[in-house]
Amino acid sequence: MSKPNPTDRWYSKDHEWILDRGDGTASVGITDYAQEMLTDIVYVELPPIGKKVAAGEPLAVVESVKSVSDVYSPVSGEVIGVNTALENTPELVNRDAFGEGWIARLKVADPEELKTLLNATAYDALIREEKH
Amino acid sequence: MELIFEISKSGRSAVQVPASDVPEVNIGDAIGPKYLRGDLDLPEVAEIDLVRHYTNLSRRNFGVDLGFYPLGSCTMKYNPKINENIAALPGFAGLHPNAPSEFAQGSLGLMYDMQRLLAGLFGMADFTLQPAAGAHGELTGVMMIRKYFEKRGEKRRRILIPDAAHGTNPASGALCGFETVTLRSNPEGGVDLNHLESLMTQDTAALMLTNPNTLGLFERNIEKVAAIVHGAGGLLYGDGANANAYLGKTRPGDLGFDVIQLNLHKTFSTPHGGGGPGSGPVGVAEKLVDFLPAPRVVKNGEGYSLSEDFPYTIGRVRAFYGNFTVIVKAYAYLRSLGEEGLRRATEMAVLNANYIKERLKSYFDLPYDRVCMHECVFSGNRQVAESGVHTSDIAKRLIDFGYHPPTIYFPLIVPEAIMIEPTETESKETLDAFCDAMIAIAKEAKENPQRIKDAPLSTPVGRLDEVLAARKPDVCWERS
Repeated sequence: MSKPNPTDRWYSKDHEWILDRGDGTASVGITDYAQEMLTDIVYVELPPIGKKVAAGEPLAVVESVKSVSDVYSPVSGEVIGVNTALENTPELVNRDAFGEGWIARLKVADPEELKTLLNATAYDALIREEKH
Repeated sequence: MELIFEISKSGRSAVQVPASDVPEVNIGDAIGPKYLRGDLDLPEVAEIDLVRHYTNLSRRNFGVDLGFYPLGSCTMKYNPKINENIAALPGFAGLHPNAPSEFAQGSLGLMYDMQRLLAGLFGMADFTLQPAAGAHGELTGVMMIRKYFEKRGEKRRRILIPDAAHGTNPASGALCGFETVTLRSNPEGGVDLNHLESLMTQDTAALMLTNPNTLGLFERNIEKVAAIVHGAGGLLYGDGANANAYLGKTRPGDLGFDVIQLNLHKTFSTPHGGGGPGSGPVGVAEKLVDFLPAPRVVKNGEGYSLSEDFPYTIGRVRAFYGNFTVIVKAYAYLRSLGEEGLRRATEMAVLNANYIKERLKSYFDLPYDRVCMHECVFSGNRQVAESGVHTSDIAKRLIDFGYHPPTIYFPLIVPEAIMIEPTETESKETLDAFCDAMIAIAKEAKENPQRIKDAPLSTPVGRLDEVLAARKPDVCWERS
């Protein structure tokens, strides 16, 4: 069973989470449900600092023993930090997807965009539906 | 099993060099000590050790000549041995690639004939045989598409790729500088026409479509798809990866495709697997003929030659004649089966896949339950929910039953995918024995799931730690 989805952040339909840091920046990662579906993650390709992404565009790539998947940016913005710990320990995403397994930090272009995403309750419902 | 380095004994040799009948030269003086190395640590073994080592290795391999291999044409379908005999004829095998055209008339004639035969079978205006493999053929096709729009003075930046496509499609588009956009599938596994219509703008160069797609399903709306693409001035590219499902039944040219790339190993039984050599001929409609790679084989009277005289060509994409003997093998297959034989091979490939689909569908989830073409795609979702047995576990257990596992976890739009392509050569007895094994595994998943999770149990090495191998690969052997 995947871990409960924290209520302090927003979720995309593609199983990314984004946590508003309150200073115009936000952290992005994949959900615990996503890491469970992917199984053991063996490589995370991090974006370059300064990369500009639009909402829904590929931000990073996660490779598991099963597949290679894009991680989409939930909102538009600019990459201002990446979790370099994932370069040598990609398993952090499996162990702690909502915490130590964060992938990138964005300067958010338009904070209003966050409100178009799902909250934890809506995301809970989405994955319940996917399981059936 | 020991590595050949581990059985090495200093001074042993598998060759005897005859006494030299010319004066000896000191190698250090001849090429200079700077280029000499004494630390290579090459294995030293006797001939018998060498023969046993590689024979033992080959006995641990599994191939289509040993047993059923439901990966199908994606990797290796059965290659009739006559193909090899024909390709080994000295006139083909011994031809020097730099031989002038007048000494290569038979080979050039075969290539010319092959291009005409393929054009007829696929309903295209002409073909190139240069590309070295399917993905190289894709690149060649997309380069021609780019050149077509350049010549028309149109700037189109995007190429559409369905979400069920092979990963090489977006890669080929991106290599040619296009932005690749994902096109959604509809609930029955075909193209979502509304989504296609909304994406097919003046900025879109082409749709790259595999038909039948990677779910093994024929696109029911193919004529509408072609009309939408052409209506917006775009081109319809066909990935011929699954052409063995319709050969002799329908022709991409008649369905509206402007470009089609083939994989000779999939469609015409040339060897593949382990990296080739492959061959990926590309066929084009009339409006793209000018852009075909040069040189092209041309016929002048009774003779054949290679001509570079095509001003709009995208140029050469491969040295010499492409992978020539692969083309000879495909030609041998095509001519030995004939038109009726090819049609029959197609019918058997489709019948065999549907037989497996029907026999297994009450034991495994079938996400798209409709008549399939040459392959069927199941999902291991039911086994995951019931007993925590994943598709990868089922694949490993199949090895214990003497089968090579099928393609798994592809296409990506099917969770826990199990893609089975039996191919045309397998008998009903073989298919039944394979289905019995799959059904036994489905039962075992309920009764004794741990056994499946521990599989394979009968191989020289058991379950490998794929996660560790991927995270911390160690591929260098060091003498201890």
